[in-house]
Parts: sequence; structure tokens; C-alpha cells
Amino acid sequence: MVGQRSISIWFFIGTLLLIYGITIFIANVSDYFWPSAEHTIILWNLHFGIWWGALLIIIGSTYFISFRPWKKK
Amino acid sequence: MIDNHILPAILLFFGPSSLVSLSWTDTFIIALYFAFVLWIGYYLMRYTKTGEDFFMAGRQMTAWIAGLSFVAANLGSLELMGWAAAAYQYGILATHWYWIGAIPAMLFLGIVMMPFYYISRTHSVPGYLKLRYGEGASLLSGVSFGFMTVFMSGINMYSMALVMKVILGWDIHFSIWVSSLTVMIYVVLGGLLSAIFNEVLQFMLIWLGALLVPIIGLIESGGWSGMVARIHSNFPGGDYTHLWSTMGSFQDNPMGIHWTGIVFGLGFVISFAYWTTDFLVVQRVLAARDLRSAKMAPIIGAGFKMMVPFIVILPGLLGLALIPGLVGEKEAIATGGHSYNEVLPLMLARYAGPGLLGLGVTALIAGFMSGMAGNISAFATVWTYDIYRPLHIKLSHTEEKDAHYVKIGRWCTVVGVLVSIGTAYLVQQFASIMDYVQALFSFFVAPLLGTVLFGMLWKRATAAGGFWGLFAGIGSSIGMWAWVKLDPGALRIIALSEHAQDMAENMYRALWSWLICVGVTVVVSLLTAPKPEAELTGLVRGCTEIPSEGDMPLIKRPIFWAAIIFVIFVALNIIFW
Repeated sequence: MVGQRSISIWFFIGTLLLIYGITIFIANVSDYFWPSAEHTIILWNLHFGIWWGALLIIIGSTYFISFRPWKKK
Repeated sequence: MIDNHILPAILLFFGPSSLVSLSWTDTFIIALYFAFVLWIGYYLMRYTKTGEDFFMAGRQMTAWIAGLSFVAANLGSLELMGWAAAAYQYGILATHWYWIGAIPAMLFLGIVMMPFYYISRTHSVPGYLKLRYGEGASLLSGVSFGFMTVFMSGINMYSMALVMKVILGWDIHFSIWVSSLTVMIYVVLGGLLSAIFNEVLQFMLIWLGALLVPIIGLIESGGWSGMVARIHSNFPGGDYTHLWSTMGSFQDNPMGIHWTGIVFGLGFVISFAYWTTDFLVVQRVLAARDLRSAKMAPIIGAGFKMMVPFIVILPGLLGLALIPGLVGEKEAIATGGHSYNEVLPLMLARYAGPGLLGLGVTALIAGFMSGMAGNISAFATVWTYDIYRPLHIKLSHTEEKDAHYVKIGRWCTVVGVLVSIGTAYLVQQFASIMDYVQALFSFFVAPLLGTVLFGMLWKRATAAGGFWGLFAGIGSSIGMWAWVKLDPGALRIIALSEHAQDMAENMYRALWSWLICVGVTVVVSLLTAPKPEAELTGLVRGCTEIPSEGDMPLIKRPIFWAAIIFVIFVALNIIFW
């Protein structure tokens, strides 16, 4: 039954967002330190990918830690 | 991580001509999403043993989960792209479909109708009709809903595959089969529980994937006032940023519609019909764990629905400000330019760097899958409980065990997905089918609202009244549609103005068919014998004792939150008047 579930949906969401956040952060941080010669996106100088990646890491890790299945009740 | 041998094989499907091209980071993000939804389905399989688990998610959902799932099931990717395009075409008027076209109805569902759906312990809307009116109205509604749901699902699937082909250059067959089989697997494994849990995940991804466009767009255009100034400069004389001030006459706004059509046709009939009787969305709320959660779920959903224009309408308006010159589909094909139907992906490609593009595309795919899972899980429930079960009992005179219906539900899911795929291919061959099926869907919803509403609020309504009212409403809707098809001049009679356009026809046709349904229901009911009041307990207002919330603190009462949402809704309409 549903009530006996040991993993919350918020844990799944947290895990996915955390992985996404880390991936996007790493992919964009390289462009910050070693900017490529050609940028195809507008406002690239804001490095939005780094900020968005960091935001996903914060949201993801909050859910990941708060709803981890091994947390003591 | 993704297998290095599989990825190139997948990438082979990517064509050379596309709006954007994905990096390896983007592809990883999309692939990981598919892995996660399947993992959730597999994990939940062990908790889906009984019919109550499979079809009703064990009726254990919290108000938040049911509420988010309620909105997500409606938030398909075509909805995202279609309404962004509509915002580019009609301006902020498209917001009516999110505010007056949704919020009052969702609040009404939560406060007025939910107690009857929930207390009756029905598993579906046709199930409620069976309890209230008997087999006739229930079968009519169940069969029409069942077919229309899978057909619509197929149309959405084809449209989605077409979108992926345009944006990413993906092969149409690849998009259709991979996305629909993924939905099939996780719904077969975990039933409604899996569909709901994945919808909550998809809801989060839709927001986090789509939100970056309005944020960066507003920065680029210099905030709201900068965006409005650019739109005025790009389109002098046009009014794209006022909700109501151009609604005084049909010819003053680009939609060609009068405020009466928006308020009564959209705001009352179409919106109430969809949000309160379409089982695709109502099923999510029926899975709530108690009556308070069931009442709160649509109210929470309304709060989030009110914010959706931020990720759907605003990108369309930003497109008007920043990328003027997008044209209609036919002109775009003729000139080789871009259509306003592509405004959302164009904006995404404008701002999204590595990873963010993958997240945006994942949001579109998640939107499609949440809509499809909603269709398929609702189809499986209605087909199993409202069509198969009564027919099986009638023919074999035996009631089967619970496990039998779970098995049938799983097979219905497989069949539903396969019929959807078949419909997608049919639409690919005969594009006009799409218009006919969409019209077919619109025939049923408005009259059904009359039947359900009068069933819940008027104890004198009889079984014959319910059936014939529904029948007459559907018949009149088909009649009006055929009349306009044969003689386009009939539109001015149905919509009450010679300046009315297509959008107005839908509003007024819905309004008339609802009125005809109600009229016939009332007349036939008054001419036939009513049900004894004892048989209406738990189904009708005046015969049902609704648990009091008097001992609950104000902050926990659904009516309190509904009032807050309603005040915000009114304020937003005044601000953007």
C-alpha cells in the first residue's frame, strides 16, 4: 500500500534536480573561465547557466536531504 | 551515465535541419529524465496491488500532490507552445484561458462540487452519473470520453513529434514510439500512483525548464515597461497588453470576440465543463486522502494555474517585443521564415546555453508525457469500471475479483497507448482528422456540465431528464457545428454578430448547447417521476450531509484559501485591465 512507501516523491525530485544542477553548473562554469570565441546566445555575459545550475543544486539538495529515505524518524 | 554505444545511435535520428542543436550535456539531461520516470514507475509497482491502488492511487494523496498533479495533467507541451504562440498572435488576451477560463471553475470544483464527488466514493465522472442517473447517461458519457481521450492523446502525440522534428530535427517515428512507450511502461507498472508521482516531477521540470525564458527576456527588454514600449514601437496602433479594455466590441480586438463570449462562453460553460467534469483532471483530485485534501487540491491547483501565464504568455509577449516578424504557419512555409508557433523554442534557443537547452526541451517532453499519462490512466479507469465491468456483469452474470479488474486496467493502458499511436499515424496521413476529432471532443464537454451540475444541485432531476438532456445538448452542438461548416454565414447567427470569428463560434456553441441540455433536463425531469430522496443521499445537495469545518482553524479551511485565490484573481484582472 501507498502508506508503506519508504521513498518519497520529493526525494526522487531532489535527486534529479541535484544531478541536473551539478551538470549544468559544470557545463557553464568552464565558459566563465575560458570564454569561447563565438557565443550564439543573447546575454551570455550574465552566465545564466551558472546561476541556474546553482539554483537547481540548492533546490535539489534541500529536497534530497530533507526526504532522504535513510533519515532517522 | 549513458552508454557510449547507445548515444550515437540515438543521435543518428537527429536531422541536419533544426531550430537548435543539442550538446552532449543537453542529451544527457533528456536521457536522465527518461531513466528517472521509468525508475519511479518500477519503484511504485510493488505498491500497486489492488484496484484502489491502480485506479485511485490508494486514495492516499496529500492535497499538495493531488493539486500539483491536477494542474500538471493539463499542462501539456502543446499547451505551453500553443498558448505562447497565441500570445504572440493575440497578445495578453490569451491569458483569459488561464484566469477567467480556469480559476473560478477550479475554486467552484473544490468548494461546491468536490464534496459530492468525494462522498459518493465514485471512481470516475461517468461513475457518478451512474449513481445519480443510472446506466444510460453513464454509458453515453463513458464511451464518448473513452474514445475521445485516446484519440486526443494520439493527436497530441503526433503534434509533439512534429514539434520535436521542427525544433530538434528528431525523426517523427522515434519521438512517437520512445515517448509513448515510456508513458505506457510507467503507467502499466504503477497505475494512477505512478502517473501522479511523475506528474509532480514533470510539473517541477516544466517550471524550472521554462522559467528562464521570461526572466532573461525581461532583463533583455528592460522590464515590463520596456517590453510594452517595444511592442508599441513594433506594432503601432495594436493593443496587445490589455485584458479587458478592448473587449467592448468584436472588431476592437484581434480575437474578434465580445466580452460576453469570454465571460459566459469561456468563463462559465467551457471552463466549468472542462475543470469540473473532465475526468482526466478530476481523477487526480478523487485520489486525495480525505475530503479536506480533495477540496484543497483544486484550490492549490488554481494558485499555480494563475502563475502559468508567467512561463507561457509572457514568452509570447516577449517575442512580440524582441523578435517581431514571425508569421502564420502557411506564410512561414511559403517564405521559409519562422512561424509564431515556434516562438517558445525560438526564445529558448535565444537564451539557453549548454544544459539549459536540454532542461527546456525536457520541460516540453515532460509536458507532453504528463498530459498523455493523464489521458491514458483516465481511459483505463473509465474503460474498466464504466464500460467493461457493467457489460461483463450483464453478459456473464458474475462479478469478478479485484485482481481481474487490475489486470484489465493494465491491458487497457497498453491498448490505449497503441490506439493513440495508431491515431497519431492516421493524423499524419489525413491531417483534417485532427480538426474533426477536436471538434468531436468539444461536442461533449459543455452538455456534460449541465448534466453533472443539475444532478448535484437539483434533486428533482431524473434519470430520463439526465440522459435526454445530455443527448439533446450533444446533438445540438453537432448540429450547430455542421451548420457553420455547410454555411459559414451561420456563424453570425450563432455568435450574435457579423464580426464574430472562429474563436467566438466555440464560445457561443458551447453556451447554446449547455442551455439546450439544461432546458431539456428540466422539462423531461418535471415530466417524469423523481428518484426517492433516500437514493440520492451522498449524491445531491440537500440530501447529503457535508462534514462541518466549523471546528477547524480559519487558516486550515478550504473556503479561506479559495477566497484568497479569488481576491488575487480579481486583482490581476484589474491590474492588466
